[in-house]
Amino acid sequence: MNTYNEAFRDIPGTTVFDATQSRLGYHLNMFCMSLMKDENRKAFRADESGYLRHFPMTDAQRQAVIDRDYNRMISLGGNIYFLAKIGATDGFSFQNLASKMTGVPEEDYRAMMIAGGRPPKGNRSKTDPAR
Amino acid sequence: MARITAGLTTSHIPAVGAAIDLGKTQEPYWKPVFAGYEFGRRWIAEHRPDVVILVYNDHASAFSLELIPTFAIGCAESFQPADEGWGPRPVPVVQGHPELAWHIAQSAILDEFDMTIVNRMDVDHGLTVPLSLLFGQPQAWPVKVIPLAVNVVQYPPPTGNRCWNLGRAIRKAVESFDDNLKVMVWGTGGMSHQLQGPRAGFINKEFDARFLDGLTKDPQALVKIPHVDYVREAGSEGIELVMWLVMRGALDERAREVHRFYHVPASNTAVGHIILENP
Repeated sequence: MNTYNEAFRDIPGTTVFDATQSRLGYHLNMFCMSLMKDENRKAFRADESGYLRHFPMTDAQRQAVIDRDYNRMISLGGNIYFLAKIGATDGFSFQNLASKMTGVPEEDYRAMMIAGGRPPKGNRSKTDPAR
Repeated sequence: MARITAGLTTSHIPAVGAAIDLGKTQEPYWKPVFAGYEFGRRWIAEHRPDVVILVYNDHASAFSLELIPTFAIGCAESFQPADEGWGPRPVPVVQGHPELAWHIAQSAILDEFDMTIVNRMDVDHGLTVPLSLLFGQPQAWPVKVIPLAVNVVQYPPPTGNRCWNLGRAIRKAVESFDDNLKVMVWGTGGMSHQLQGPRAGFINKEFDARFLDGLTKDPQALVKIPHVDYVREAGSEGIELVMWLVMRGALDERAREVHRFYHVPASNTAVGHIILENP
């Protein structure tokens, strides 16, 4: 079992949503899930901190949400499909979230995708010599 | 007797659904994507099935972290389009085929696949985008749909081998159903893409080409691919490709490829689409 989980750790820039992450992020992800309802989206937009207090998340998770720091949310157990509901509430596309997570302007990210995306070379393994 | 006539696979990218819903399909960015489906739209009009078994994954829409079924089969009369945070897509309600769905559930469970039976389930872009790509924007979907949701969000997802064998069990179930129905199996999701973290935007055209080749000619090789290889070679969300193996397992080994389309990008993703006909 451990060998199964360990094998993914060599892949750069990637967090696999395994049991550890799922337990860590349960309440963060369930907060995101609440944004499936329009009335909750409105309540969140009206008072973000107040709304987040309804969920038994850690302060670090709440701050990462307020900061819209998606990589931090992922490291704290967030799953991208859940986190995307925050992006949708903000009116942003997946591509916009991707630009935030990769730290490049959205136009640059979009141009990278049009040019064929992030290549496998140098991005398969943390020990890849092309990195 | 019911029979599986054909299968197809397609990506189910949400931005593709948005492009259809917002009338952007002829814009330069989107035009080549939709051009790749023109053949499929003509083909399906000529080979219209009665029922589509649509293999897809829910993206935290119907299933949160409260309940995570590995294989869930929709047995309801109908399924509403889900509100994924933007309001529901303006698409028709999906009409199910409860009699066949229950028959498949029973047959597969007795075949030792522990299916989750679902009587209420909103269906998200994973299911509705493929319908839009093949059928456009009708007032009502022209086929009945049996949603088959596969968990690929929470690790571990099912293995490729398990998905393949589920496909075989579905074929056996369909072929033992008394009504004379034409049934298709669609596998959706993929191809290479990564939506999360600093590696977002990952695309692997070589892997995708090998996967498309293998799907037709050597699916047994694909069945052996471990999860870590999907994530490494096809990006974290490329794991969705295990769902294509349900489709392939449900078809005859000698199924013939009648169409293939591949395009990069649609939003963050490599679009892949293949049509296979049973002999």
